[in-house]
Amino acid sequence: MSQLIFERSVPFRRAVRFDACDVPEVVLDEKYVRQSKARLPEVSEVDIVRHYMELSRYSFGVDNGFYPLGSCTMKYNPKLNEFTASLDGFTTIHPDQSLSSVTGTLELMDNLSISLSEITGMDAFTLQPAAGAHGEFTGLLLIRAYHNAHNDNKRTKVIVPDSSHGTNPASASMAGYTVVSVPSNEMGGVDVEALKAVLNDEVAALMLTNPNTLGLFDPNICEISKLVHDIGGLLYYDGANLNAIMGTARPGDMGFDVVHLNLHKTFSTPHGGGGPGSGPVGVKSCLVPYLPQGTLIKETYGYRYIDERDTLSIGRMRSYYGNFLVNVRAYTYILSLGSDGLKTASQNAVLNANYMMNALKDTFPVAYPQTCMHEFVVSLADLKKETGINAKDICKALLDYQMHPPTMYFPLIVHEALMIEPTETESKESMDNFIQVLKDLKQLAYDNPQKILNAPYTTPVKRVDDVQAARNPILKFQHK
Amino acid sequence: MEKYYAESHEWVMAVDENTVVVGISDYAQHALGDIVFLSNAEVGDTVIFGERFGDVESVKAVSEILSPVDGKVVEVNQDLEDTPELLNAKPLETWIIKVDGKIDPSKLMTEEVYLALDKGH
Amino acid sequence: MADYLSNTPNQQEVMLKELGFNTLEELYSNLPQDLILQRPLNLELGQSEFKVLDTLKELASKNKVYKTILRGAGVEHHYIPSVVKQLSNREEFVSAYTPYQSELSQGILQSIFEYQSSMCEITGMDVCNASVYDGATAAAEAIQMVIEKNKRKILVPKNIHPQVVHVMKTYTQWLNIEIVDVECKEGVVDIDDLKSKLSDQSAALFIQHPNYFGCLEDVQDLAQIAHSFGAKLVQYTNPMTLGYLKSPRANGVDIAIGEAQPLGIPMSYGGPFLGFMSASADLVRRLPGRIAGQTVDENGKRAFALTLQAREQHIRREKASSSICSNQALMALTASMYLASVGPSGLKEVAEYSMRKAHYFANELVKLGFKLKYNSPFFHEFVTVGPVENSVIERSLDEINVLSGLGLSSHETLWCCTETTKKEDIDRVISRLKEVLS
Repeated sequence: MSQLIFERSVPFRRAVRFDACDVPEVVLDEKYVRQSKARLPEVSEVDIVRHYMELSRYSFGVDNGFYPLGSCTMKYNPKLNEFTASLDGFTTIHPDQSLSSVTGTLELMDNLSISLSEITGMDAFTLQPAAGAHGEFTGLLLIRAYHNAHNDNKRTKVIVPDSSHGTNPASASMAGYTVVSVPSNEMGGVDVEALKAVLNDEVAALMLTNPNTLGLFDPNICEISKLVHDIGGLLYYDGANLNAIMGTARPGDMGFDVVHLNLHKTFSTPHGGGGPGSGPVGVKSCLVPYLPQGTLIKETYGYRYIDERDTLSIGRMRSYYGNFLVNVRAYTYILSLGSDGLKTASQNAVLNANYMMNALKDTFPVAYPQTCMHEFVVSLADLKKETGINAKDICKALLDYQMHPPTMYFPLIVHEALMIEPTETESKESMDNFIQVLKDLKQLAYDNPQKILNAPYTTPVKRVDDVQAARNPILKFQHK
Repeated sequence: MEKYYAESHEWVMAVDENTVVVGISDYAQHALGDIVFLSNAEVGDTVIFGERFGDVESVKAVSEILSPVDGKVVEVNQDLEDTPELLNAKPLETWIIKVDGKIDPSKLMTEEVYLALDKGH
Repeated sequence: MADYLSNTPNQQEVMLKELGFNTLEELYSNLPQDLILQRPLNLELGQSEFKVLDTLKELASKNKVYKTILRGAGVEHHYIPSVVKQLSNREEFVSAYTPYQSELSQGILQSIFEYQSSMCEITGMDVCNASVYDGATAAAEAIQMVIEKNKRKILVPKNIHPQVVHVMKTYTQWLNIEIVDVECKEGVVDIDDLKSKLSDQSAALFIQHPNYFGCLEDVQDLAQIAHSFGAKLVQYTNPMTLGYLKSPRANGVDIAIGEAQPLGIPMSYGGPFLGFMSASADLVRRLPGRIAGQTVDENGKRAFALTLQAREQHIRREKASSSICSNQALMALTASMYLASVGPSGLKEVAEYSMRKAHYFANELVKLGFKLKYNSPFFHEFVTVGPVENSVIERSLDEINVLSGLGLSSHETLWCCTETTKKEDIDRVISRLKEVLS
């Protein structure tokens, strides 16, 4: 494949040059000074451009093709958002500038918070968390501060469904909670009887996503909400699946006390190869006193940030105010779609998922046979039993068709799971194409399984040796 | 010498009157997949029946290793530092820790009973 | 109104009919009907691209973009090469997901590997992760890397960026970890106070170098002291400075972390930024977040993959030391491109020129009657005690489109210069201040 940029190095090559320094030299004590230059690549600008162009050819984004990754909401990233996020008036601003010099930014952040509150049915938002998991950790600290302020310190446990995303229990542990797992029923929803058995006055909160990780709306949500509140616990909403219900239903109305959103999922901001995201947290008014420092609030005389005067605040979750430029993109998106567009976006996300599920239900068994929300899960357990071809093999075979495979092996409650989420921006033709490819691959698994086991054929590298990578980690370039 | 098994898929075997060795079962190594790393106890550590003394890591999973015996660690298998994959290749012949302690058969299963259980998984 | 849908209402109707529905609303008939919103969202209707761009431009224009920026405190205005701006916007990088499917994502994986390698080069460390949210959370995450069963104290000098310290305290507030303050003298760590507070229960000493006040610490000395108590040394640093300053590893530091925004990322009103975390080889399994590793494919060809995933939340769940999932990947790519664009000589120049400009400026301020608060060597930032209040300085410089240094108290200012600070702008500032002082 390609060379590492270090391997393109030629001594004394340079890309960017600076003018000579216009002020006198300074001599620092040599104990502080580097004795030899860092061995960074020495390359020309042409080298750099060709290098990264090559790397871009070996990358695959939503802009390249179909990306039905369940639970990731890989919808189209509008280019308008890139323009607005690159305006000088947003990018070339120091976060410690006086509030009077950033009135446009403050207005944007406030409008975004208000919009997100309306979309989710919550009372207030902090835009500070940098990602969903960061939002979860923030939310759990808010919950803990709440109970602490009410002298309710017996509450050491957080309940998490066994179908949940790994960040949920991990975030609970970071907040010092003991995690109690509750089983899901066959619909992927919380098993209400099992939940009743673990709810008591030691429980601080239940973390849920709705629709759940099988892509189904939990019909028991109101009962669950009541059960949790009756024992004095709070209800946490993992907003990863919000794309199913915008404009139709709201977590605030379902009884959730605190919510995090993934702007890089529901609100179209790009994934960037793994980040940056943004995980704003919305709360009901009972949790407002605990919001983190660096959250923008509006008082009668104007804006200010929550700071050390707000003694009930949980503290500070990160430097400054959040991934601001990501928030600009989400705000642009919300303005573009508006109340009508956000609703039809979610409706079409659900339509597209059901369309695909209906077309595939005779090919692979669907985890639960019911109208799904924005995603659905199929199981390849039977295929594995009958042909030896498993979910991972099918995913590797898909790589040859210029599309990204679905999410595999999540949620953990379904064997040989493939979770498919087309999103609303996908066209009927591209979905039809994917459906046909899956059907063809299933047939191939019976006719000629070896052909699948040897896939992929057309990617720049073939199946990668993960075991070697973990056993003998090589984590940086080794200079000769 | 006879191996005894814990429900959590570790085995323990006496090497002499006061010393036992501990390892993981074939079922355990199979379930983990290719083992890439072992986080082991240290010599001098106290181990307690049913409590974690280390972790075994594969590409896709991490599993705690629970002690099937009470005692004090007198030796750790240094080979496993560089070649943890020995646990995949020869799980029943590769010991992880050597412990100054005695087997309590009342808390464990004989090999026969354990292997019979396995078939149900 | 933009909704970015491809399927037309006609196509939607055909699909609905196939499913046995008449309207989009019917897709939600399984939901408890009293949860269904009976009114539209109380937001404006969708708008054209033309109108939205106008609105955003208007908001942006209400912000003041300063021509000369003398404020730092961890967020700096450096020159961002055009090649970096251009290439970091390539859609293949921007719109890609996390590279879990290695065969399809060798470009992204290789770029992560190169980022890790470049950061290891400048810090001297053996391993570096693929990024965390920012410098402050990197410091908080580093605590988990050093904590042991019997070592639960973290020593934190008072000259570390206050926001960083605050995040460290917020992260550990429920975790039976104690953060112990260490006093400073002349802007640097007070060795006597440090020695009195270190014990065999100390997991680590955290330092910032150059520190919040811009002063240079004697890192090698501090490493020896920390290690003599069995504690690790963690250095929080501005990686730009490592183009000129001795690498953390060469000074005996165990873990180097910090905020890498100065490496090609705009000030962005605070985010998205780039938290980096690097360490010695023995600590690799305690690093949080994703890491890319080099391996081979089934034909023996070099390939890259995310590795050591058994550390992460999707495998360890509640046993993970960190819940981090989404990171700052695109910013790491940007930093990596920046480091390649400036190269080792360029990074040295950026650091050196920033330092020289700061010293020139400091000398000129002293001539005007400002005092340097700390009698310690500094790098590209310094604190003055002014003959007038900081608010006066700020206002008078604002009038000539200059963002003054950060006010630390009524008369104290933290100034920062970078390679973009022209001598003529410094001279202009000095003239202005001269006017104000007379």
